[in-house]
Amino acid sequence: MSEFEPKIVAFVCNWCTYAGADLAGTSRIKYAQNVRIVRFPCTGRIDFMLLLKAFEEGADGIIVSGCHPADCHYTSGNYHARRRWMVFKDLLDFIGIDSRRIVFSWVSAAEGAKWAHLVNDTVSEIRNLGPMKEYKNLENVSSNKIGELIND
Amino acid sequence: MARIGVFICHCGENIASTVDCGKVAEISSKIPGVVFSTDYKYMCSDPGQTLIKDAIKKYKLTGVVVGACSPRMHEPTFRKVVASEGINPFFCEMANIREHCSWVHPKGEETTQKAADTIRILVEKVRNNEPLYPIKVPVTKRALVIGGGIAGIQASLDIANAGNEVILIEKEPSIGGHMAQLSETFPTLDCSQCILTPRMVEVAQHPNITLMSYSEVESLEGFIGNFKATIRKKARFINEELCNGCGDCTLKCPIKKIPDEFNAEMGKRPAIYVPFPQAVPNKPVIDKDNCTHFKNGKCQFCKTNCSAGAIDFDQQDQLITVDVGAIVVATGFTIKGTDFFPEYGYGKYKDVVTGLQFERLLSSSGPTLGEVRRPSDGKVPKKVVFIACAGSRDPAKGIEYCSKICCMYTAKHAMLYKHKVPDGEADIFYMDIRAGGKNYEEFVRRAVEEDDVNYIRGRVSKVYEKNGKLIVRGVDTLLNSTPVEIEADMVVLATASVAHSDAESLAQKLHISYDSYNFFSEAHPKLRPVETNTAGITLAGACQAPKDIPESVAQASAAASKTIALFSQDLLTREPIIAVSNKSTCVGCFLCQSVCPYLAIEREEIKDRNGNIIKTVASINSGLCQGCGTCVAFCRSKSIDLQGYTNNQVFSEVSALFERSEEYV
Ligand code: FES
Repeated sequence: MSEFEPKIVAFVCNWCTYAGADLAGTSRIKYAQNVRIVRFPCTGRIDFMLLLKAFEEGADGIIVSGCHPADCHYTSGNYHARRRWMVFKDLLDFIGIDSRRIVFSWVSAAEGAKWAHLVNDTVSEIRNLGPMKEYKNLENVSSNKIGELIND
Repeated sequence: MARIGVFICHCGENIASTVDCGKVAEISSKIPGVVFSTDYKYMCSDPGQTLIKDAIKKYKLTGVVVGACSPRMHEPTFRKVVASEGINPFFCEMANIREHCSWVHPKGEETTQKAADTIRILVEKVRNNEPLYPIKVPVTKRALVIGGGIAGIQASLDIANAGNEVILIEKEPSIGGHMAQLSETFPTLDCSQCILTPRMVEVAQHPNITLMSYSEVESLEGFIGNFKATIRKKARFINEELCNGCGDCTLKCPIKKIPDEFNAEMGKRPAIYVPFPQAVPNKPVIDKDNCTHFKNGKCQFCKTNCSAGAIDFDQQDQLITVDVGAIVVATGFTIKGTDFFPEYGYGKYKDVVTGLQFERLLSSSGPTLGEVRRPSDGKVPKKVVFIACAGSRDPAKGIEYCSKICCMYTAKHAMLYKHKVPDGEADIFYMDIRAGGKNYEEFVRRAVEEDDVNYIRGRVSKVYEKNGKLIVRGVDTLLNSTPVEIEADMVVLATASVAHSDAESLAQKLHISYDSYNFFSEAHPKLRPVETNTAGITLAGACQAPKDIPESVAQASAAASKTIALFSQDLLTREPIIAVSNKSTCVGCFLCQSVCPYLAIEREEIKDRNGNIIKTVASINSGLCQGCGTCVAFCRSKSIDLQGYTNNQVFSEVSALFERSEEYV
């Protein structure tokens, strides 16, 4: 059996992490191919419902990355994203998605190598976790059943 | 119905060597809505652009996706192409298949697949794009220049000479920067002060320049054309209007033993002082930490001796807010001190000095009035060893870059030393000699051939003191790594040039990017070496990377010309990437207002025809909004959207992440 190749989505901000990934390119630092990048102006823009959507589409793992604390191009978007992530984690636990499937990180425009590591580390972490099945399981649960689950 | 064209660029070999571009074009042609797709060697070239224009006409395209380099590089290029054919430029998107794909992955099917996926994601984005129109904003034709070294001085003069107002701020009591500290400059050996001080005076007298010395940026708000900067004018305890610069106070001050910053601590100064005789402004400042009056209230010597009555012990820091349209950052650099080098004695040995300290010993305005005398006993050193690359190009020290100026100034130091002490000996330990500049190589040759400077290729492992001599132990790598030991009277370290300790916090205040060494980052290393990623803020001089004087001056003039070009317009067009609110669905919770970093969200009252308020909703001030989109992610009723990154767009991008092969059959 061929090794499981996880599908990874990266939600990144334009000013730091997108530029950091550009730098990885200009410095020709090689990393795993599994990642698809979606560009946002700022991590503050990232509606976390999009993360669930990505899982629904078949992602096995997600990277959310922006500017380091204090470096956000818009001053505070990354702080909001971080808070949102803290809350979102609980929701993931509640709906039964392993929160290790989402990696929250900071990669600056100068950190091409960090970006490459981040992708590689995420790929190997998700490879260990195996394919994302939780969402599929959830899809099969009827709304009644969800009601029951919540009442339990 | 969308009619989208997909254009895949080979970028010569850059993309085509690992991505099968023809295949990507073929896969893309199957995406619903794509009516044309092709690949070409250089899409950004003239024929490439024509190819896109022709296809737009021929296939009546409504949107374009270019699979090429990073949009940070060529998005404006391709948007212009599309616009020239009458399509709203925001219907053009770039898929980054070079930096994010071909350059980072090996040749193969997966890399081609990734490129194809990236195209598909962007096709979905284009499909959901909406026409957007640039926003016009007024420009404040006044520039803020931060840093009064040679770069800041040059930029200020250029901008001011073009007829614009300039506010030049300098954190030290005088402008002049490092250049004012230099004795002579390479490769011409003209006296640094003689060429610099007339410029300093010009700044002070220029009707368009407001000079604020001893001042720093406290905070910055706003955006290109419309910044609001708050400047902290530090208390110098002198009423600058009354002070006539006679200098009596500095002579009367009983404290005289404070290490003098201007002389790189090679000399002493009083607690009330003018940093150097040609200082601009020529007004003293009281060093509060060392002043007896501030310590115990017992001394008033300067005050009683000031005939102008200019001493004001009660002066406070002032916060001054100014409106400016553009900013030039020219904050310069600093150098590592001798204490950074355990192997050379941690700064313990008085006669191991930095290049800047040696510079002061050579300078006729320095503490020894230009005689080379060693700090420990004031004797003229008969043997001086210079160590180039002290700290630079040294991964073990965490500084991997070349400090660029040291090869040249070390040659200059050795040369000047030999001119002053003709019977002395000068040895230079070096790694390589980097003399790439006009007349630079010739200058180094002169040091060797005419002034008998002895170059030893190799590194120094240790400097230690023995019987009043400094023993320099190193190797000569041109002689098979033979160990060399030299008994020196003095050792000069060409220590690494580094960013200021407060560079990071300044970058954060200005929202500009900086690299891992805290040097400020340019927008593009080759094509936009002067601009930062934040529109309206440019860089000049060594705050970006180590630079010599001609380079700093050239970049300063470049930054000035960018600024002048900006000021040549009355209205500025700005990308319409801003938030918009849907007033019919907004429920008025104003969560958005509490998270907006720009205070761009206002309350708008919706009234019925009798003037009764029905509800209060969020409305976005398009002048203030910068388009971060934080409000969009927070909005509970999805009533705010970000133009250019709408919910529809990002949602469909995410939906297109992974190929669902069945859709395309
Ligand atoms: S711009 Fe990068 S996180 Fe806000």
